[in-house]
Amino acid sequence: MSRILARSTPAAPPTPPTEPTRRTPLPLRLKKVARSWQLYVLLTPALIYIAVFKYWPMYGVQIAFRNYNPVDGFTGSPWVGLQHFIRFVNSYQFGQVVGNTLWIAVLGLVVAFPIPIVLALLVNQLQSERFKKFTQTVLYSPAFISTVVVVGMMFVLLSPRSGLVNNAIQLAGGEPIFFMGSAEWFRPIYVISDVWQNAGFSMIVYLAALSGIDPALHDAAKVDGASKLQRIRHIDLPGIMPVVTVLFILAIGNLLNVGFEKALLMQTNLNLPASEIIQTYVYHAGLQQAQFSYSAAIGLFNSVLNLVLLLTFNWVARRANQATLW
Amino acid sequence: MTLNTKPVATPAPAQRNRPGTNDPGPGRTVPFREKWADKAFNITAITILTLSIIAVVYPLYFIVIASVSDPNAVYEGKVWLVPSGVTLEGYQRILADSRIWNGLGNTLVYTVLGTAISVTTILCGAYALSRKDMPGRKILMLLFVVTMFFDGGLITKYLVVRDLGMLDTVWAVVLPGAVGVWNLIIARSFFEHTIPGELREAAQMDGANDFTFFFRMVLPLSKPLIMLMIMVHVVAHWNSFFDALIFLNDDTKYPLQLVLRNILIQSDVSSTGTTGGDIQSYAAAQRIAELTKYAMIVVSSLPLMIALPFMQKHFTKGTMIGAVKS
Repeated sequence: MSRILARSTPAAPPTPPTEPTRRTPLPLRLKKVARSWQLYVLLTPALIYIAVFKYWPMYGVQIAFRNYNPVDGFTGSPWVGLQHFIRFVNSYQFGQVVGNTLWIAVLGLVVAFPIPIVLALLVNQLQSERFKKFTQTVLYSPAFISTVVVVGMMFVLLSPRSGLVNNAIQLAGGEPIFFMGSAEWFRPIYVISDVWQNAGFSMIVYLAALSGIDPALHDAAKVDGASKLQRIRHIDLPGIMPVVTVLFILAIGNLLNVGFEKALLMQTNLNLPASEIIQTYVYHAGLQQAQFSYSAAIGLFNSVLNLVLLLTFNWVARRANQATLW
Repeated sequence: MTLNTKPVATPAPAQRNRPGTNDPGPGRTVPFREKWADKAFNITAITILTLSIIAVVYPLYFIVIASVSDPNAVYEGKVWLVPSGVTLEGYQRILADSRIWNGLGNTLVYTVLGTAISVTTILCGAYALSRKDMPGRKILMLLFVVTMFFDGGLITKYLVVRDLGMLDTVWAVVLPGAVGVWNLIIARSFFEHTIPGELREAAQMDGANDFTFFFRMVLPLSKPLIMLMIMVHVVAHWNSFFDALIFLNDDTKYPLQLVLRNILIQSDVSSTGTTGGDIQSYAAAQRIAELTKYAMIVVSSLPLMIALPFMQKHFTKGTMIGAVKS
């Protein structure tokens, strides 16, 4: 996995050109291009796709610096410089929205990221092949349930009057809690349900990495009298470290984007103080109130922050001599 | 937009003796007795995994039994392990609800059309990019990869779709998320590793051009990849709601997930017959509505859950190709 990424990600600034500059004469190259026309035809639909749905919106991002109006389009609307960014930074919601986004992102990294690794290490040590397969299949199945249904399940199971959880709380003599309607419960529910749904799916990647570790290492360690825990610590963990690093960097790179759809679904008027994140704010301000330029600016703020985080952590990983994206 | 959120990297571990186990394999003896530390570890591991399995399965199981139980029993917390007062009223109400049927029909259309478009585009594009002799391959690949790390954001994408006149059409659901770059990379590395260059040379000797070679040789050799791509997109389309949410206003075009969201999460109980004016019949309608929600969760997840064992095989087989190379 790391290798695919390493090859296919954009070159970092300092990468030296690996190939010596051997240029074929132009007519020959044109001939080669002409001979490959069928390949270009095959690629055309995909190219049109990214041109229209990826690069055109990127080009349109300039409206973050303009006052967009539909008549003049992306390029015709008047420039206003950083006005929208300044307005966002000065708005009373800025601290709350950015804070919520970072909270959810950091909780996701600290709590949800390690759990699949632990699960994979445990499953990998199971003796019974059948139990191993069964565990894998069961833990992995919620990934196939849609986010809408998972959030719907949360609403019914956590319902204050009839939900399973509150019935259990009442049985134990507690007071029912209105989970979906309280800001302080938003984060725990969000993270727990995320683990419930996705940990098994992420686990599989680590299991694959573990299966690539040379069994001879384990045999040698066993002969030396190492316990399972010691072998996990000194063989398994170092063995999967490159994969962990790459997935961690990718998670960082997506830090501020993950879970947007779920946060939107989980939002109620009552938990808004904790559930309004940058992306949901963009959705509300942009699409529901039609403040296109303002919310495009906020979206751009989000994307740039993300990119900076990705570059920073990739740089840190490189300095630490771990696997990197490029 | 929702199509490339989940990296398709789920290879299952190989079937040989697993490195971490004490299973010495046929014809060998265990060199020494298991230590107490390992026994303690095994017990802990099995306990943790069993608890995780219960944590994953019980909510699902509860939803199933609650969906066939008397809503009053669920409400009073009498349903824990077996259904009580079995009734199929929830299911009857769903079957009678035209919105569900309409949503299901739309989802089927979006899924079939969207999968066909995505898979065709990805297979053709990935094959072209896998050809090392295609001029400009590196630059073209870079164009795709850049979009993984930076995108124009929600607002500009919305404006582009609007400018194209696609709002409230099938295309708005099917096209904007059609090509996931991650899937493209997986397909490309599949082609790179399974289609030998010699085969192409031989075919070219026999007079095959790139088209004939791709359609007559490459595609028949790529069945596991094609299956994988079809499945990834079927699952993604079946579960997606967000593009429909932002691009569709006409609720007769809503896919199933969006209908579910409106009923499950937004608690739109309009169709559940709140005819009686008095509080009692309102409360009864409210309970039936809850019952309907349980049934609805079951009905909407069942197809994928039934298909899961079958799909898992392909996910596993297919992604061994893309994810881990050594």
